[in-house]
Amino acid sequence: MMNDFATVWSERGLLLSGLGNTVLLSVLAGLAALVLGALLSTLLMSPRQLLSLPAKALVDLARCTPFLLFAYIVYYGLPSMGLQFDAWSAGLFALTAYHAAYMAEILRAAWAAQPRAPIEAGVAFGYSGLGLFRRIVLPPLALSSAPVLGNQLIQIIKDSAFLTIITLPELTHAVSSIQSRHFIPFAAFLTAVLLYWALCLVIEAGVAAVGRLAEARR
Amino acid sequence: MPTRIPLLSVQSLRKSYGSLHVLDDISFTVAPGETVCLLGPSGSGKSTLLRCINWLERPDSGRILIDSQPIGVTSGGVVMNDQQLAQVRTRIGMVFQQFALWPHLTVLQNVMEAPVHVQRRPKDAVRAEAEALLQRVGLFDKRDVFPARLSGGQKQRVGIARALAMKPALMLFDEPTSALDPELVGEVLAVMRDLSSEGMTMLVVTHEMAFAREAAHRVVFMDHGVVVETGTPEAFFEAPSTERGRQFLQRFSEGRAVSAG
Repeated sequence: MMNDFATVWSERGLLLSGLGNTVLLSVLAGLAALVLGALLSTLLMSPRQLLSLPAKALVDLARCTPFLLFAYIVYYGLPSMGLQFDAWSAGLFALTAYHAAYMAEILRAAWAAQPRAPIEAGVAFGYSGLGLFRRIVLPPLALSSAPVLGNQLIQIIKDSAFLTIITLPELTHAVSSIQSRHFIPFAAFLTAVLLYWALCLVIEAGVAAVGRLAEARR
Repeated sequence: MPTRIPLLSVQSLRKSYGSLHVLDDISFTVAPGETVCLLGPSGSGKSTLLRCINWLERPDSGRILIDSQPIGVTSGGVVMNDQQLAQVRTRIGMVFQQFALWPHLTVLQNVMEAPVHVQRRPKDAVRAEAEALLQRVGLFDKRDVFPARLSGGQKQRVGIARALAMKPALMLFDEPTSALDPELVGEVLAVMRDLSSEGMTMLVVTHEMAFAREAAHRVVFMDHGVVVETGTPEAFFEAPSTERGRQFLQRFSEGRAVSAG
């Protein structure tokens, strides 16, 4: 058994590059999904139904589609319609678009629960449009929904593992290669599990730090 | 005072929610440097009137002029877009019943926020002014604290400093002491009294009759969406000229007697 882990260790270059891709992919997708989700949430909260209803339909559709299917459509489906992606762009796009829908819904719910008076004060003090959202609405939202946004980032990391099926060389792809090369499924996959866990711990630490910021303001 | 051009002029303002006329043909003016208290029973439309002046609520008809500049509707009769409205709103400071401070910003940041990010004034100058304002309302030592750590009275004093930092031509106070514990009302009224005596133009919705009596230059008494009477505080409190004014004052003093004892 220890020999199996030694074999995994001997493939650490591959493992590390897979981990690096997973981290890079998740961080980029997480940030992009947050920005996109924030913009989407302004549409969801719009008093104009012409804006809010289509946004709500899109968000619902994305949330009710299994991610694997979503990734298939982006990587295999869109090229048949003339939109060609490499695996990296397809994976990043799929993760971002899919999770933007969740981010939007998280921010919308927090926004609806937010006291209206400070936002109204923003309007009275001359804020409007995106400036109002960015300076007055979003910061308390981001603080109060940090734990849920952190969970979503963990979900992004886990969903990134699906991208192995569109040949993106991330962590799950790396350990699959190692196991098929050396026939050590337990050691290879367990190593991946531990590395995913380590990533989650980092995120949880980040969420706790944001939580302390939020606590001082509550 | 009446010979001067009014700083605020409200003309034939109307606002309804369905069949309910919240504001029914309201007209009055506020002269520069004048403190006007808006009095009246709950539900008489005072707060709605205040919120219509800076278009937080959109009036159905009528005109609002600040320094002869129209608010909400341009002189051409076109409803202003969000940017134009935001621009005119910076001339009107507002103090809210529920304080409405920005929870993610410290006291000093609350005061500096709009002057820096809306008015785009240089940050260093704004900081110096904001610190001076906090000195003035007695909260300089709380400048790096978040609003959640303040008492209601302290929050409202920050609210006043935040509005003053915009250098507004007019200050609107929407029941600034109604959400406060009785022992905290005094510190807020003291700040408002100072402002009034320094010549700030103020329109104050309040139930603090003692404040109206001593600090207001004029009171406007409203009931059921109409201005019932206006006059000096002496005239209104000693000898209201309308039956409704009399009843209001009587009910108010009875309420005082009951709560006092």
